Amino acid sequence: MKTNFVQTLIKKTGAFWASEFAHNFRGNLSAISGGVIILFFIVIVAFGPSLVRQNPYDIASLELMDAYKPPVWLPGGDARYLLGTDGQGRDVLASIVYGTRISLFIGLAAMICSSLIGATLGLIAGYFGGRLDGMIMRIADVQLSFPSILIALFLMSAFGTGIDKILISLTCVGWVIYARTVRGSTLSEKQKEYVQAARAAGLPNRLIIVRHILPNVMTPVIVVATIQIGTFILIEASLSFLGVGVPITKPSLGLLIKNGFDVLLSGLWWTSVFPGAVIMLLVFGINLLGDFLRDELNPRLK
Amino acid sequence: MISYLIKRVFQMVGVLWVVSIIVFTMMSFTGDPTYMMVPLDATEDEIANARMLLGLDKSYIVQYGIFLSNILRGDFGRSFVFRQPAFGLIMERMPATVEMVLAAMALSLVLAIPLGVFAGAYPQKKTSRGIMAGSLLGISLPNFWVGMMLIFILAVQFNLLPSSGRGDTVPVMGINLSIVTMDGFRHIIMPAVTLSFATLAMLLRITRAGMMEVMKQDFIKFARAKGATFKSVLFKHALKNALIPVVTIFGLQLGDLIGFATITEFIFAWPGMGKLLVDSIYMADRPVIVVYLMFVAFLFVVINFAVDIIYTLIDPRIKLR
Amino acid sequence: MSEALLDVHGLKTHFHTFAGVIKAVDGVDFSVDKGEILGVVGESGCGKSVVGFSIMGLIDPPGRIENGTIRFNGRNLPDLDERHMRQIRGKEIAMVFQDPMTSLNPLYTIQDQMEEVMKLHEDMTAELRKNRCIELLEEVGISRSETRLKNYPHQFSGGMRQRVIIAIALASRPKLLIADEPTTALDVTIQSQILNLMKRLVKEHRTALMLITHDLAVVSEMTDKIMVMYCGRIVEKGTRDAIIKRCRHPYTFGLLGSIPKLGSRQRRLLQIRGMVPNIMDLPTGCAFAPRCDYARDQCRRRRPELIEIEKGHAAACFFPVER
Repeated sequence: MKTNFVQTLIKKTGAFWASEFAHNFRGNLSAISGGVIILFFIVIVAFGPSLVRQNPYDIASLELMDAYKPPVWLPGGDARYLLGTDGQGRDVLASIVYGTRISLFIGLAAMICSSLIGATLGLIAGYFGGRLDGMIMRIADVQLSFPSILIALFLMSAFGTGIDKILISLTCVGWVIYARTVRGSTLSEKQKEYVQAARAAGLPNRLIIVRHILPNVMTPVIVVATIQIGTFILIEASLSFLGVGVPITKPSLGLLIKNGFDVLLSGLWWTSVFPGAVIMLLVFGINLLGDFLRDELNPRLK
Repeated sequence: MISYLIKRVFQMVGVLWVVSIIVFTMMSFTGDPTYMMVPLDATEDEIANARMLLGLDKSYIVQYGIFLSNILRGDFGRSFVFRQPAFGLIMERMPATVEMVLAAMALSLVLAIPLGVFAGAYPQKKTSRGIMAGSLLGISLPNFWVGMMLIFILAVQFNLLPSSGRGDTVPVMGINLSIVTMDGFRHIIMPAVTLSFATLAMLLRITRAGMMEVMKQDFIKFARAKGATFKSVLFKHALKNALIPVVTIFGLQLGDLIGFATITEFIFAWPGMGKLLVDSIYMADRPVIVVYLMFVAFLFVVINFAVDIIYTLIDPRIKLR
Repeated sequence: MSEALLDVHGLKTHFHTFAGVIKAVDGVDFSVDKGEILGVVGESGCGKSVVGFSIMGLIDPPGRIENGTIRFNGRNLPDLDERHMRQIRGKEIAMVFQDPMTSLNPLYTIQDQMEEVMKLHEDMTAELRKNRCIELLEEVGISRSETRLKNYPHQFSGGMRQRVIIAIALASRPKLLIADEPTTALDVTIQSQILNLMKRLVKEHRTALMLITHDLAVVSEMTDKIMVMYCGRIVEKGTRDAIIKRCRHPYTFGLLGSIPKLGSRQRRLLQIRGMVPNIMDLPTGCAFAPRCDYARDQCRRRRPELIEIEKGHAAACFFPVER
């Protein structure tokens, strides 16, 4: 039995590798770049802390004397601090490693929450219709009459800083797009014959939704979800930059930039440039992949 | 047509009403503003007195009623920080924000549409791929960081442009505009460019996607069978059809623009509504926050309405219902 | 002997896709004379539409004309650059597509789209153009043409849209009109109206017509010559009488047998057994052999070329059917 499972797994992997999807991936420079970038960040997130010398949030390991050292290739640089240090003597590289973990965690977690809630609401609204549908869509419409960043800003100013509060705010902002997309797809799938056949066969609603409709509406959800990770990372960075995002004890890349902003005009650029470049790279990699997925999974462009 | 307009106005009012409830509810839970209004050494009695004056001792429903009736009269209360009517404060700063947002919008449109058409018509070319990679980079950038980089490079290192503030203004048709003065222009470039990045990238991608889909349609082939030049096929036949999703996204983007304008204003110390909002959030200046939110909601609702009207101008199949 | 208006030799148009090469048109020879009506018949996927697009020069990558000549008015079309082709399209050769619902740009008026052809190929004042549009609409049987000029495509029914499309196609008096399944998407009652309209117009203006369709009944009425295609090649071609009354290829025979004829005593309709083979996995030898009742060993080993049955009638079969 076990060898059977392994055999099927190998066969499926082989089939996937030879499939048009994988072939297009291999031939697509952007997609490969995106994959490489993401892989790079996964390594950093998993092994980063063990690779950097200093834990920037362990006050005991900091030396104030080393504050505001420039990157190693500039005069005054120190080989111990490759990208320089900030005002407390924290190694910028180490801060970035720890900060990336926080930023990425928030992006992923918020995406998962939004997509689960949003897709569920969309399925319900689309499948059952009626008052439930009307209500959900009303709320969505009202919410869409506001820029998402302002909603998040507003919520966070009311809640105060904190990662859990950020997750709640981002979910509140992010569910709408899933609800609308999924509802639209559900509405059109509902009319199709295979659904009517399932109903005629007496299948209970929840089974119809989960087994029949859900797989067919997944495609746009995957694309949206991928890109939303990047969007959320950027929103969180903006919130933290304004001081209403992550708490000071758990600095994300956005908060690092905020700290750097204060000294930017004095010419101390490395504390803000590098974290920002890292955000850019991370979101860029995610978007490259998301783009590729969207082009691959879109039947209308074929 | 009239019935449609009436229906729409009702919808708009409805949305604004719901927004007012939400805003009020959220604000009621953000702490007690009484302490902002009284001097630090106030006695218990003085505090209780102040609370009564502010109407905070009444039930929430009554408070909301007072809130709503005040709003309808244009009275949003006085700013805790500035001691001036909140509504007036926002209106004072509005021209600055609008100027920057419009400049960013214009910049985005002028660059995004031609580039998007090109990338959509020739998707396989290296230049197109480059454009797309660039636009992807554009939407991956943290907008505030871009602003900071521009400030650092152009203002600090090379001293080409001023690092903050708004330039000299000149009244044009009753409104003070800064973009028409040389000094004003120098001040507005960086904020406008920073703000336009994400929108430009977005619009470019949507235009390209729309073009690619439209180019596969039968009527394009038919136009070519008539012997139409490629240019006319692109700009006359394809672009107009591709514009419909572009207009939708543009309407949405406008909202995001207003949102990101707050951060941009903060970085460049641009004296607009956005900076006022950020400061007000720090100071927990409730009346100003309320005005700002209601105003943005109002703007949004109007923009959505305008977008729907534009749809009907582009596509004769869409009837206002 | 005057040269034919259109002379196609050895045309091969292949599509290079991820899954393999699709030989949509694999060696096709035919000609059309001035004012002649040629019917191009075959099942879906046999390559007949691709022939039309190849002539127009509208084959996009991954498709490519690999080989062959398309001589029109003495010039070889694939040799021409895009600019010259554009001068020919719409003016000398016009094309009508299958789906009238999607052939017109939904955002522009009928007048706009009709005048476009005139603006491209002729030098006319605005007033002349407008009058010509009215003339053309009346020619195709659309009443109250002046008011209808300002309408948009969605305000017309399918049949009327197809009339407009025909009007646009014939606006510059082309020498050749290629009609790709012009009536397939229309109701049966409208179909015969449109076909009669087309026949009348092309005869009136001495326009040659290539009528591409899967419906043998249609071509049996209208055409002067017929060519039957299967899997990218011509299996039989000849005058209408020759094909209808004296067809020799088993496939043509099968097609004709499956048309119900009013009036004659109804026997069971003939069915061609089996299915069209996968275009990327064609059998060796004659492509029709697997479905042919008369196939023998030789048919499965070598591909038959067109052999002349009588003057102006050829079939690609080693053992043509006798009746």
